[in-house]
Amino acid sequence: MGRVVMVTGVSRYLGGRFTQLLQADPDISRVIGVDVVPPKADLGDAEFVRADIRNPVIGKVIAQAEVDTVVHMAVLATPLDAGGRAMMKEINVIGTMQLLAACQKAPSVRKLVVKSSTAVYGSSPQDPALFTEDLEPNAMARSGYAKDSVEVEGYVRGFARRRPDVAVTTLRFANFVGPKVTTPLTSYFSLPVVPTVLGFDPRMQFVHERDGLEVLWRVTLGDHGGTFNIAGDGVVTLSQAIRRAGRPSIPLPQPAAPWIGQALRRLGIADFSSEQLRFLSYGRVVDTTRMKDVLGFTPRYSTREAFDDFVARQGLHGPLSADVVGAVEDRVNDVLGAVATRSGGIKAVSDA
Amino acid sequence: MPDARVIPIGGGDDRPRRASAADAVAAGASRASGERARRRAGSPLLDGTPPPVEAAAPARPARRRTAKKAAPPATPPPVPVETVLDEPETGAPPAAAPVLPEWERKVAATLAFVRRRLTGDVEVDEFGFDPELTDHVLLAMLRPLYEHYFRVEVRGIENVPADGGALVVANHSGTVPLDSLMTQIALLDHHPAHRHLRMLGADLVFQTPVISELARKSGTTLACNADAERLLGKGELVGVWPEGFKGIGKPFSERYKLQRFGRGGFVSAALKAGVPIVPCSIIGAEEIYPILGNMKSLARLLGLPYLPVTPTFPWLGPLGAIPLPSKWIIEFGEPVHTDGYGPGSADDPMLVFNLTDQVRETIQHTLYRLLMARRSIFF
Repeated sequence: MGRVVMVTGVSRYLGGRFTQLLQADPDISRVIGVDVVPPKADLGDAEFVRADIRNPVIGKVIAQAEVDTVVHMAVLATPLDAGGRAMMKEINVIGTMQLLAACQKAPSVRKLVVKSSTAVYGSSPQDPALFTEDLEPNAMARSGYAKDSVEVEGYVRGFARRRPDVAVTTLRFANFVGPKVTTPLTSYFSLPVVPTVLGFDPRMQFVHERDGLEVLWRVTLGDHGGTFNIAGDGVVTLSQAIRRAGRPSIPLPQPAAPWIGQALRRLGIADFSSEQLRFLSYGRVVDTTRMKDVLGFTPRYSTREAFDDFVARQGLHGPLSADVVGAVEDRVNDVLGAVATRSGGIKAVSDA
Repeated sequence: MPDARVIPIGGGDDRPRRASAADAVAAGASRASGERARRRAGSPLLDGTPPPVEAAAPARPARRRTAKKAAPPATPPPVPVETVLDEPETGAPPAAAPVLPEWERKVAATLAFVRRRLTGDVEVDEFGFDPELTDHVLLAMLRPLYEHYFRVEVRGIENVPADGGALVVANHSGTVPLDSLMTQIALLDHHPAHRHLRMLGADLVFQTPVISELARKSGTTLACNADAERLLGKGELVGVWPEGFKGIGKPFSERYKLQRFGRGGFVSAALKAGVPIVPCSIIGAEEIYPILGNMKSLARLLGLPYLPVTPTFPWLGPLGAIPLPSKWIIEFGEPVHTDGYGPGSADDPMLVFNLTDQVRETIQHTLYRLLMARRSIFF
């Protein structure tokens, strides 16, 4: 009898894809997906339990199915999805507490994988250029997803202390991009005109959804415990990313940014929380040495390739896209060539 | 006790649409063996994939499958990353191109540069350093100041190693940190290896709009041990001005008197990395904006470390921002080697204090020597 894996948060895109992936593995005999809403994607033959992880029924499912591996992917980043910030916090923090409580009671559980985020490091001007897994954040997140992630990781550490026999792996993912995934940041880059914070050009890292799924898969099957930063190689700056997406940008002065951010949020156009604004001012880069050395995982897409793939596959196109700019350049070069020909200063190239 | 609703998805088999959690669990157990194997044989996920040739190491097939699944069947065939990345050369095709006159080649090169900037086709390192922008735009704008205004004279450049990590430690002065920028140009233009100086800046730099952006792009990072050690470990040439605001914002009456050298963090970083420390003495920078007074309360209000009163600022308004054209000398001294102290030496406070003092004294004495030999402030 193979392994029994429970995945929380399967109704969202990454959870659904991950469930499909697990089913294809011959070592895994059962996949049980859990979420509060029915999945939009086809989960294949995974069993779906429509339950709130805050609900004690989850403990029963774990006990009866003798779940040995729990993959916790139900930490939400967007209040809009959850139905308000209060609800989001409830799902993220209380949900994790309940899930861990159930796991702690279940002797069958051998492995816990938690999808966390590099948002736990916060974003501040006092940050070192790169965060390693052991560095403490300079400015503790005070709100939103980052704060939830910090609290979730705190409970996960508590669980690891109380159940030392369970291998606990926490993966801190940089921002996801890819052909399908939607995050606050992907919708930000999809805005027709992208607002930025005047005078700041933060460094960012992305992880391609394919790489993210692969590493989740690997740690689910393997037995590496610990905390790992997961990000594509290299960095891009915000201005570079916006230009690669071919979008015009509009810089807003820092004092005005929160107001405009709030207005956009009210209108439901984009999610600009205060932590998101800090990220858009100061950025964040993590060190991925441990991912490469200990997990032995090298992402297929670098940060820039991942972003380019996102731009190409989601069909982002704007007045500053590479082809448009390239065409203009060609035309100017042609005109210059014609001028040069007429002015007589030309010889045929001999080195061809 | 609320029941969880179990909704089986996909598969198209005759499983019940609704069951209690216990039912789902029981059903799953019975399904686990035979039916599952049958299902997998016809699974659409594996259709189209050749069956695994051999039972390889578990990581391998897993990886292949992941790759396969990265493109769900509903999406259009993936655009190969290569075609997206390898932007076609948009310059005129070389075979048919006429030999362009000099000015035109320059225009074409500039156009290509503008295209790369507009489309974000640039490489920055993990610290945010953008060598192309730094060399061709930022430092190019400052070069006239370096060559014709301050007429910087560089001495002892051979003391800076041509490769590998090294820590350049210099005195700080001049109200506005032009001295660090001039040192950067000196090392890029006059060092035989044309080395980029990666500077360590105060956190105020990274809080300030525009300055923070330019600082990161020109290779500056936060003055903290983690960053210093990372840069030195990568074999970069790192520049540090350990006096900080105490040095750059000191009154004119205290010119060329070195302030406290921080807490010696730069020495422990160099010890940890085992790289030499190159003392660097800069004269001329003290005179560009002589600080006669300090508007302390206004500075506190604006969140600045100091707000100077100079002979021209704030009296002449924006004209007060023009520095005085002093003549500069940047002298690099004999390197202080740190590789002979053995492991754990970075944690020996006495050694760190002594080395800090040694570097500070070297710079102070060089400053006095250079000042004695100076004919005039301006020539």
